[in-house]
Amino acid sequence: MRKFLFRVSALVLAISLVTPLLADNHESVLDKVKNRGKLVCGVHGGLPGFGYLGEDGKWSGFDADFGRAIAAAVLGDPDKVEFVPLNAAERFTALQTGEIDVLIRNTTWTLTRDADLNTDFAPPTFYDGQGFMVPKSLNIKSIKELAGATIGVTGGSTTELNLADTMRSLGIDFKPLTYSDIDTLYNGYDAGRVDAVTSDKSQLVARRKNLKNPDDHVILDVTISKEPLGPLTIHGDNKWNDAVSWVVYATFFAEEHKITQENVKSFETENPEIKRFLGESGEMGKILGLPKDWAKQVIIAVGNYGEIFERNLTPIGLPRGINKPWTEGGLLYSMPFR
Amino acid sequence: MEDNTLTQEVKPPDTSKGPVRWLRDNLFSTWYNTILTCLGLVLLFFFFRVFFIWVFTQANWAVIPAYLRTLMIGPYPIEQVWRIGIVFCTLLTLLGLSAGIWRDRVLQIAIAIAGVGLFLLLIPLDVVKEGEDTSATLEFNLNIFYLIFFKRKWLLGGLVLLAVTFLIGRDKNTFKRWIIIGWVLSFPWTMIILHGFGKNAVSTTDWGGLLLTLILAAVGIVACFPLGVLLALGRRSQLPAIKWVSTVYIETIRGVPLITILFMGSILLPIFMPGDFQLDKVIRAMVALTLFSSSYMAENIRGGLQAVPSGQVEAAQAVGLTYPKTMHFIVLPQAIRAVIPAIVGQSIALFKDTSLVSVVGLLDLLGVGRTILGSSKWSGNYAEVWFFIAIIYFVFSFSMSIVSQKIEADLGVGKH
Repeated sequence: MRKFLFRVSALVLAISLVTPLLADNHESVLDKVKNRGKLVCGVHGGLPGFGYLGEDGKWSGFDADFGRAIAAAVLGDPDKVEFVPLNAAERFTALQTGEIDVLIRNTTWTLTRDADLNTDFAPPTFYDGQGFMVPKSLNIKSIKELAGATIGVTGGSTTELNLADTMRSLGIDFKPLTYSDIDTLYNGYDAGRVDAVTSDKSQLVARRKNLKNPDDHVILDVTISKEPLGPLTIHGDNKWNDAVSWVVYATFFAEEHKITQENVKSFETENPEIKRFLGESGEMGKILGLPKDWAKQVIIAVGNYGEIFERNLTPIGLPRGINKPWTEGGLLYSMPFR
Repeated sequence: MEDNTLTQEVKPPDTSKGPVRWLRDNLFSTWYNTILTCLGLVLLFFFFRVFFIWVFTQANWAVIPAYLRTLMIGPYPIEQVWRIGIVFCTLLTLLGLSAGIWRDRVLQIAIAIAGVGLFLLLIPLDVVKEGEDTSATLEFNLNIFYLIFFKRKWLLGGLVLLAVTFLIGRDKNTFKRWIIIGWVLSFPWTMIILHGFGKNAVSTTDWGGLLLTLILAAVGIVACFPLGVLLALGRRSQLPAIKWVSTVYIETIRGVPLITILFMGSILLPIFMPGDFQLDKVIRAMVALTLFSSSYMAENIRGGLQAVPSGQVEAAQAVGLTYPKTMHFIVLPQAIRAVIPAIVGQSIALFKDTSLVSVVGLLDLLGVGRTILGSSKWSGNYAEVWFFIAIIYFVFSFSMSIVSQKIEADLGVGKH
């Protein structure tokens, strides 16, 4: 009996040691997604405008639409995507372990995340930045006038660190008041427990709408941090990262050339680059490992960048700001389709 | 003089009853109690005034009908909702048949569920849409008919099914064994039907809302019971290896908050998994909940085991019963009966604890509530959403509590 047990446990040990080696076959996520017939996309569980469940029970928002765009490009169907809501702590683990194929969850592109975290970034889909909201009655115009103020911030975030760094470098004295949760943060601000509140500007704009008197509050012009938010793929899978990146570029490119969800099917042009974009000539799709008309499918599914923005972020009151095509003075710059 | 004492009137003892007497005895018995009562009433008045003003004039309840389906089933695809209908019908059929066969408590439970169903059927919750004028009574009544016969056809069908199966099951005692087997099989059946196969399979990431909460709670409560019994017996075992393994397991899990076990399950476990092997997120949460509650269950049952007099075991050994038989026929029935209140208390606690899975990104009832707040249209209405969710949790927990009290009364716990 004892001998038998020993043999069984030795066998179990051997199998568990060998299995990871066998399974590690470096298949690109792109091929996995194609074989599975479905994209698995990590999103935020509830962030106004970016990721939330709509009234129809479907995932909606800016980030969810980019997930649909990738599904449309790879599989030709924007509905072949499964959304996994993730919190801040588990998002990278989910990507590293292959539980999700792509992470589109308001994640800021930083050096450590790019180089140290075993993840690769695709081009940012949204350039955010940290700002301040103050009541109009305080008549504050610049960050210097916040001296001595109590400033509300969510604890344990880069927001808190940015606030401390900025204030220290400017030599401004202030009292931070940390909240663990954004609902209580804005409740506290509305109740006058803090003089100002700091967060990403997109959040400030979205939350201002829910204050008792939105018009009594103003968001300062100053931006104290850069928050480029974009999709992430696992480190070292260049084929998959290329596909995701070019889906993002396709939405930029379409807006630049006024290709919309409405006119993409009948878009007529002699411009060779647009012809390549639409899959009418060249082998752009083949090179990326995608169908010939992948970019067309993206635009049919979700529209160009401007349309995605207007559908999701304009309703919460976000201005386009720097999230405009480079031709209009913004930062959205598609690499050439050549 | 003596005559006088003989006819002295003795007041009869004050046996008056009724609300006035009760008030005088309990609330106004002394001057300070009177003051406290008045103060309490004033405080209650102000609290309820604010509360009712909020409920009836300030709250925007339109968020609840708008998100009712999502709160109930999360992102479960609408084309596949018939699957939930099948599960619903299966459970109601089993309940109806059981009510017919066993009567008594089972019948009472069935009637209670039917009552809640009837109530839900008749309240015009989703008739009131934002900005709509509901004072047009004729149209309003037509709306209710429309609701009952078309929009709520599942509810209506369920009630009819419950009644029909009750009539079928009446006094068919020969079915007892089959019904029990049916209940046991209903669980895997539910999982298979909800998930489905092939192209139309509904991934567990799309399970959500009250549906997911109930599934997680049911799995936790049902699966932790056998594990708990084994661990409790293991901890009292004579064999040191089994005894120590059980003790270490129970004490480790009991020494750690549930939330850390859930985080372990959702973040650490996938890292340890070999290669491409993926364990489903919902299953990881189920495992974590079961492991957690089984250690508490083990301690509850161990309490029951200690309450069984040693004479019972000795008597069983004297008649030559083996260890499994002693446990099965003599010890466990007495032990478990003694700890039913504790077991139900723990089940209620586990039901509420499932709300923690929203922290690891599962869309249970609470998780759906969070994601509603992400919708730009409704993000200011969190008080309404949380209030509604609290009511749902209360209704379920309170019903479980009532059922357990009835069962206790039936079993005569604490009486003999």
